[in-house]
Amino acid sequence: MAKPKIAIFDFACCEGCQLQIVNLEEEILDLLGVADVVEWREAMSEKSDEYDIAIIEGSITRMEDEERLKRIRGCAKVLIALGACATIGGVNKLKNNFEDLEEVKKCVYGKAAHKPHLHTGMTKAVTEVVQVDYCVHGCPIDGKEFAYIVRSLLLGKTPEIPEYPVCVECKANGNPCQWQYDQVCLGPIIRAGCGARCPSNGFRCFGCRGYVDNPNVEAARDVINRYGLSIDDLKTKMVLFGSRQEPTIYE
Amino acid sequence: MSNRTVNINVHHITRVEGHGNIVVNATNGKIEKLQWQVPEAPRFFEAMVRGRSYEDIQTIVSRICGICSISHSLAATKAVENATGIQVTEQADRIRLLMHYSEQLQSHVLHVGYLVAPDLFGMPSVVPLVAAAPGPVKTIIGLHRLANEWSELLAGRITHPVTLRPGGLTKIPTEKQLRELQERLRNCLPNLKAVADVVLSVAGNLPKFERPTEYVSLKQTDPPTYAFYHGEIASTDYQGTVAVNDWKSVANEYVSDQSTAKWAKWHRESYAVGALARFNNNAELLSPTAQAVAKMFGLTKGCCNPYFNSVAQIVEAVHVVEASIELIDVLLTRGLKPETVAVSPKAGKASGAVEAPRGILFHEYEFDRKGNCMSADMCIPTNQNHANIQKDIEKLVPEILDEPEDKIRLKLEMLVRAYDPCVSCSTHMLDVEFVK
Repeated sequence: MAKPKIAIFDFACCEGCQLQIVNLEEEILDLLGVADVVEWREAMSEKSDEYDIAIIEGSITRMEDEERLKRIRGCAKVLIALGACATIGGVNKLKNNFEDLEEVKKCVYGKAAHKPHLHTGMTKAVTEVVQVDYCVHGCPIDGKEFAYIVRSLLLGKTPEIPEYPVCVECKANGNPCQWQYDQVCLGPIIRAGCGARCPSNGFRCFGCRGYVDNPNVEAARDVINRYGLSIDDLKTKMVLFGSRQEPTIYE
Repeated sequence: MSNRTVNINVHHITRVEGHGNIVVNATNGKIEKLQWQVPEAPRFFEAMVRGRSYEDIQTIVSRICGICSISHSLAATKAVENATGIQVTEQADRIRLLMHYSEQLQSHVLHVGYLVAPDLFGMPSVVPLVAAAPGPVKTIIGLHRLANEWSELLAGRITHPVTLRPGGLTKIPTEKQLRELQERLRNCLPNLKAVADVVLSVAGNLPKFERPTEYVSLKQTDPPTYAFYHGEIASTDYQGTVAVNDWKSVANEYVSDQSTAKWAKWHRESYAVGALARFNNNAELLSPTAQAVAKMFGLTKGCCNPYFNSVAQIVEAVHVVEASIELIDVLLTRGLKPETVAVSPKAGKASGAVEAPRGILFHEYEFDRKGNCMSADMCIPTNQNHANIQKDIEKLVPEILDEPEDKIRLKLEMLVRAYDPCVSCSTHMLDVEFVK
């Protein structure tokens, strides 16, 4: 059987998720033993239009990028969204909170904002533009989770992604709750799978893996009430990675 | 002068971070168009952080760049602290510097080993290089992994730090962890030297091209240190230094039609930042082994061959390892103490600067009384290099126009790569377009 062909593409993002793939180091070479990477601009000069699996990093902010993404979808049998920018829009969606994108452009580019090459639209996640077969969550992704998902696909299995919140992993790590330190932590409503990396380092969860499928809104409300906070306090944190993301806890 | 007609269009140059194009059109030896274009989708970070709390700024702006996220986080944290009047402790400041050094090693090894080396060996990527030179590639992988694990120990993870907070850190390493790290750093010095030897063996493939320009970097005088994290702004064209808060009088940013990223100029029509700029301003402050490695390559202060930026990166990789071994000694001698951070931010506006691996980086923020961000401005190293890349291309192409097209193309791509551009930072960039 021919080796499946993999191509990696990037849109608006920091390319940090590709870096996590690079950081797998020797493990990439093992992967190369069972698959052919035919295009990966950040790491290789080779280019190709023929691939079975397309891995997409970044979010979509321009019409030309939306068209390019649709072309890629047309070529690929399987499409994987890589990282928060692709799965939920990530920090790029903060811009969508400003109704007037002309004003956003002027804020950064001043008098030059009208130039055609600076055009931008509302940020969309890859999942909002084309059908996505698998999501690798996180900002950045966890390299090991990525390797697990790709390995599963190559073996014809369906990868299992946690459908419980970060609190589960955080408790298992024996961490004190971030809320006890007056931190507005999104652990109760955000999808696990990161090993509660941030709270384990003393930092609040800011929601980069997106909401868990059925967030326990009531539990989140209890926590907010217990610490004397308002829905608004929670909203200001949820907006960092979760702007205009569904479902929202406060609607 | 040649009568060649050459059309090169490198659309989205590979093996760089982000998107950029190189366009070369020459008809009958007359150059019609030479352009370094940056078509990266802009992301508008300066607009997006408005309204966000001072404690969330670092989390947002670290996402400007996946490769230099620690530099962005540190520049932002310094700027936030300067603007809001929050003091940082000596211990936290030292640990942050140690974290910063880890990113220099990580980024330089990645750039020289994975992105530049294939050109020197005449290969399209590092993948075929594995078969051709398994030993050196393995050494490079080992160094890259060490740098990553070092970042992870101090920043909580490799990319996008989660231990930085205004005023200090959320977590500090143990003395045992620092001693282990120090041991690994000592052990990696021979490996770095081995990588330097391998690069030296193919350094003849670095094009011989020179163009005098202005080099801008941080300079630290108290105590004199090869500056990555502290200090003021210095230039090879200017005596004395400029305060970080006055960085706008240095960068003089403007918007070019060629680019979604902004461009910069100071005393000349362009200036350069990065490893070579730091070297040209501070070389005498390098660690002993780093100085020896520079000598090995014949790299001396005043070098104006942009391709030698990669050599300066190797020199710096050695320096940060030696400087870190010393810094860990200082931390261990003083003993690590847990620190609780109580902050009360004030309204204010200020800047912060660090040397990202690819050059000096400025962040500036203004906060209201509640600590919410009112405005932001960032000036990214690659933006400061764009005009300089353009001027290099304008001098280089006429000099090499008689060479075969694929050679011209390769030299142009290598030129852009040498700057280690980080186009997602500056927005994104790179393609070579030849028109025949």
